[in-house]
Formats: sequence, C-alpha cells, structure tokens
Amino acid sequence: MTAPTTGTLEAPTTTGVRGGRRHRSRIRDLLGVVPFFVYVAVFLFIPTIVVVVGAFAGDDGRPTLENISALADDYIVEAFVRSITLSAVTAILGAVIGALVAYAVVTAGPDSLVRRLVTSACGVLAQFGGVTLAFAFIATIGFSGFVTVFLKDSLGIDIFSGGMWLFDLPGLVLVYTYFQIPLMVIVFLPALDGVRPQWREATESLGGSTFYYWRRVAAPLLAPAFIGSTLLLFANAFSAYATAAALVSQGSPIVPLQIRSALTSEVLLGRENLGKAMALGMVLVVALVMWLYGLLQRRTSRWLD
Amino acid sequence: MAGLRKRRARRQQALRWVVVTLFAVLFLLPLIAMFEFTTRDGWDTWRVFFNWKALGETYPILWTGMKASFWLVLLSVALTLVLLVPTVVWVRLRLPRLRRVVEFVSLLPLTVPAVVLVVGLAPVYAWVVYFVGGSSVTLFLAYTVLALPFAYRAIDAGLSAIDVRTLSEAARSLGSSWATVMWRVVLPNIRSAVLSAAFLTVALVLGEFTIASLLNRDNIQVAINQLGKSSATMSVAVSLAALVLAFALLFLLSFAGRRRNRERKTS
Repeated sequence: MTAPTTGTLEAPTTTGVRGGRRHRSRIRDLLGVVPFFVYVAVFLFIPTIVVVVGAFAGDDGRPTLENISALADDYIVEAFVRSITLSAVTAILGAVIGALVAYAVVTAGPDSLVRRLVTSACGVLAQFGGVTLAFAFIATIGFSGFVTVFLKDSLGIDIFSGGMWLFDLPGLVLVYTYFQIPLMVIVFLPALDGVRPQWREATESLGGSTFYYWRRVAAPLLAPAFIGSTLLLFANAFSAYATAAALVSQGSPIVPLQIRSALTSEVLLGRENLGKAMALGMVLVVALVMWLYGLLQRRTSRWLD
Repeated sequence: MAGLRKRRARRQQALRWVVVTLFAVLFLLPLIAMFEFTTRDGWDTWRVFFNWKALGETYPILWTGMKASFWLVLLSVALTLVLLVPTVVWVRLRLPRLRRVVEFVSLLPLTVPAVVLVVGLAPVYAWVVYFVGGSSVTLFLAYTVLALPFAYRAIDAGLSAIDVRTLSEAARSLGSSWATVMWRVVLPNIRSAVLSAAFLTVALVLGEFTIASLLNRDNIQVAINQLGKSSATMSVAVSLAALVLAFALLFLLSFAGRRRNRERKTS
C-alpha cells in the first residue's frame, strides 16, 4: 500500500523537473518553424486578409456592404455565370477525355517510355501553359494559323466564317480543354495505379463479364477519384488567368478579367474595392470546390492508395 | 483464363496505340504549327533567336524578361527549399503535432487563385518596394507562395519514404549536431525529392504570368505577351522554345522520380 503511494508521490516531482526542461526545449523547437510562418504570414495571410477586409471597406476605409452588394450587378453576375460555365464545361470534357488517356497510359506499365513521355507532356501543358499556350493556338488556328490556312486553301473551309470565335468564349473553351485534359491525366493516374489486377481476376473467376467488372467493381471504386479530379479541374479553370488575358482582346467576359480591369482602370469612382469583393467571391467558390475535393480524396484513399 | 488475359492485353494494346497516337497528334500539332508559323517567311526569326546579342538589341523587352526570369528561377528555388526543407524535417522530428498545420498552410495557396493573391499583394509589395526597391526580381517572394503546395508534396513524399526519426536519432546519438543531421543525413536521403521540388518550382516560375503582369513587372511570359502585339513570329518562336524547354525539364525529372522508386524497392 505504501510503495505505490510513494511512487505516485515521486512521479509529479520528476515530471515537474523534466516538464520544465521540456518546456524550455519546446520553445527552442518552436523557434525552428518561425521563419516559415513569418514568411507565410507576410506573403499569404496578409494578402488574403487585405482581400477579405477590403471587400467590406469603402474608399474611405469605413466598413460598408456596398462592394458586396455590387456583386449583384448584371455584368458581374454574368461574368461569374460565364466563368462557372466555362470551368464546368471544360472540367467535364477534360475529365472524360483525360481519364481515357490515363487509362490507355496505365496499361503500358509504370516504367515504359510511353508513360514517361505522356506524363512529361501533360506536365508541360497543364502547369506551364498560360501565355505560351495562347500563342500556340494563335499559330495553329489563328487568322493565319497553320490549320486555318490549310483548311482554307486545300479544303475550302473557313473556320471563322461565323466570326472570330478564337478570341472569345468559344476559343477559351477550346484552349482551356487543351490544358484540362493533361491535368486530368496527371491527377487521375495515381488512382488508376491503385486498381489492382487481382480485383479483375477475382471478378472473372466468379464469372463476371468485362462489363460487369467495370459496372460493379471499377466504377464504384474510381467514382470518388473521378469526381474529385473533375472538381480539381473546375478549380483550375476557374482560377486560370494567363491564357484568357493573352487571348481575349476585347471586353472582360470572365471574372479574372473583370478583376484585371478593376485593378488597372480607375474609371469607376467609389468602386476602388470592387476588385477585392470579386476576388473574395472567387476564393469562396474555389474554397468550396476544394473542400468537396478534400472530402472525396479521403474517400478515394480508403481503397486506392 | 490465360487466353482471356492475352486477348485483353491485345485489346488494351490496341486501345493504347489509338489513344496515345491521337494524344501525340494533338500535342504535336500546335508545336508543328508554331514551327511552321515562325519559318513561313524564312529562317530569319530563328537566326535572330540564336544570336543573343542581336536578340537583345532588336527586342529589349525580351532580353529584360529573360534576365528577370533567370534570377527569379534561382531565387525562388533557393527560397522555397531553404524555407520548406528544414521546416518540414524539423516538424517531423520535433513537432509532430504541427504537421497538419504546416501541411494545411502549405497547400492553402491552391485555394487562393493567383489573380486573387495579386489583389492582396499590392500593399505588401508597396512595402517591398520601400525596403528593397521595385526590381522585377523581388517577385520571387510571391512566387515561393505559389510553389509551396507542389514543393511541399514532393518533399513530404520523399520524407515518407525514409525513416527520418531513426536516422536522425542514430546520428544524434553518435554526437552530430542538428545541422549535421540535416545536411549530411537527411538531405542526401531525400535528394531526388528535393530535386523534384526544385524542378517543379522552376517550371512554375518560368510559366508564371498573372502576378508579374498585374504588378507591372517583367518576366519572360510578360515579355512574350508584350511582343505578341508587335512581332507575332518572334513571340511564337519564344513560346515554342519555352514549351520545348519545359518538356525537356519534366522529361528529365521523370527519370529522377523513377530512380527514387527503384531505390525504395531494392532497399
């Protein structure tokens, strides 16, 4: 009875001494992450706070809801609708085509040259893109582009008979899809890698057909990854700026371009912080999409990791 | 069963060839079109492109843009690695409870589009200009934010593949300092992960346009865009060169990544 009591009596004193030392070394440990957090605070948190606070402040710095209510203006609502439509259409097109390419690549084996070439090409197109892609399309199907000239001279087809659509929304759909497909390949490949051949063999040995395998085994397993990737593609297209900035010459059909004109022109007096309100709107849309993506990601990793 | 598998392998191969060929055509078509576009009126564009002195004189914007991008790449890679590698390793070793926080913060830039970030960066850059001047090279401070998610994922994957804790405890118990642990024990083990983080940062910085353009700074992409208004052929030529360069960079990277996998398999 006495032995355990002394034991419990001694314990607090030792932890007390060790606790003090641990406390001091804990502070020293925390110093190690200070540079990272200071940097992130200045170049990520402050800009975000500037956007959020600015969205609710008037030109004089007083709090106001005018910027937010200005988001209901027709031209801004239209820009958001166009942005969301553009992102959704290109995300779905990119996801379907990209998944097919990813599947074709995954059958080639992880170390094959085909896979290496395709993933490198995808990396370039998906992440490097921007201005260079816009110029690539101008050289390909611009007014005097390679394909345009070829079609006109040898087949007599004028792809711009209905107007110069490349520098407007239809052009954006085309170029965006062009960088969405490669992004889908990159983000969907890991999920396909996680599908084990044994699952297919198990289905077959139980008498399931190929269609049955895809319908009952592969599709349910891959669905969260597919939807998650589609969401990522949506966020990617929604936040893209460079391609549109280089391609669209007149007007500001989508939100990022509206923000550009809010930043560069000072025509609208009393609307200094409108750009910040639109930026806040963009963050909210992307954050919602990325949150859903995170949920699906967790579901995906249960099976395909 | 074996016959079924062989038949399926054949079918998959056919599908693979069709899809990969289509993809290759779609990927190469713009590149070929760009090449044709720049050589339509002879080889002058490329002759100027490879004569750097003439290039600088004829297209001063391009020259300043290239110079700025060169320094931006170096400084962004340096800052990203110096900031991220020690922090991530340190958190794994000493502050495991902060790991989720660091991960969350590092991935946060994915939810803040660059065009939004630039809106909030304007006042921050007013201070940067006040302290160190308005050179385009200061953009590396913003670019590191953009690189964080990609670099973090690469480094985190590299660290997950090795047992950092055991390695560092072994080194510590043999009397090495934390600096030695970092520099001579952990770093050599995650070399390929660090390399891939660096490559991704390079590609990202070379392709960045949004922030540079909206903050009125120069880099290679801004220069290409500016040039597009006066000399379309030259801007297409530079775009083509940039795309090919980026492809070569990522293709090399794919070999670095593969080697890491093989190492892990044999160990």
